[in-house]
Amino acid sequence: MSIVELVRRARESNDFGALAAGIPYMKALDMHVHEAAGCLTVELRAAALHTGNPWLPALHGGVIGGLLETAAIVQLAHDQDGDSLPKPINVTIDYLRSGRIETTWARAQVTKHGRRVANVQASCWQGDAEKPIATLVGHFLMS
Amino acid sequence: MTDHALMQQILAFRAKPENQSPHGNFLGLEVLDIERGKGVVRIPYNAALAGNATTGVLHGGVITTVLDAACGISVITALAQRAPIATLDLRIDYLKPATPGQPVTAAGHCYKVTRNICFVRALAYHLDPEDPIANCTATFMLTGAQSAETGKSESAR
Repeated sequence: MSIVELVRRARESNDFGALAAGIPYMKALDMHVHEAAGCLTVELRAAALHTGNPWLPALHGGVIGGLLETAAIVQLAHDQDGDSLPKPINVTIDYLRSGRIETTWARAQVTKHGRRVANVQASCWQGDAEKPIATLVGHFLMS
Repeated sequence: MTDHALMQQILAFRAKPENQSPHGNFLGLEVLDIERGKGVVRIPYNAALAGNATTGVLHGGVITTVLDAACGISVITALAQRAPIATLDLRIDYLKPATPGQPVTAAGHCYKVTRNICFVRALAYHLDPEDPIANCTATFMLTGAQSAETGKSESAR
């Protein structure tokens, strides 16, 4: 099934977890999408292979970036009128706290949804949503 | 130009299992080149890391990871002595999709070191840096108690 068809089906059935079938990276890193009242949360299940710094140990900054970007993409796929998979144009990631090797959650909010470009903010946390470990702001292409 | 002594030092350090990044190993990340303030790393293509199963283009998270690694190693080579570092922020412009099937190289340059903060830029590409996949600017924090002095003239561009 093509990615466009996957996005269309996810939107029709309001099952955005099904998007993972079209995004191999989500499966490789053990990411799962949960939906509640139109708001999607992406769960990154704890795994030793997410470790960047082996001494702390801490989550790799790239894994955190990948989680935040995934949260932005699935939220945009949910909010859009079309059936495309949004593509990142640029992202800025601020690392606020060291991430432990435990389950991490990410949620995105679309700040501005233009016809071609969307601006999105996302944050991720472990345990306490009020204490994000990293935030993202980025632009995504919607065509 | 490659700093062979420094590269040997970095490779010997990375060869020890206790110093290895599990996620770096998962991606198959390898160090290609080292000089003072600069580091080049590469990951092989892996369809399991695509962001789109239809096109096979690598996920942005993979590009982020390889750029973060290139930036981090550039900072390490810019410091006169080993010091703990942490990424403060990372901005990435995705210039073109990575071509499926091709490895991704990232070259980082730590061009300024201060008492607490290191400033870095990095470029991701396949073979030709003039035809980049992504551009990155980042800052790193020296998280140790003591700041590190550097070979300033060598790391400044």
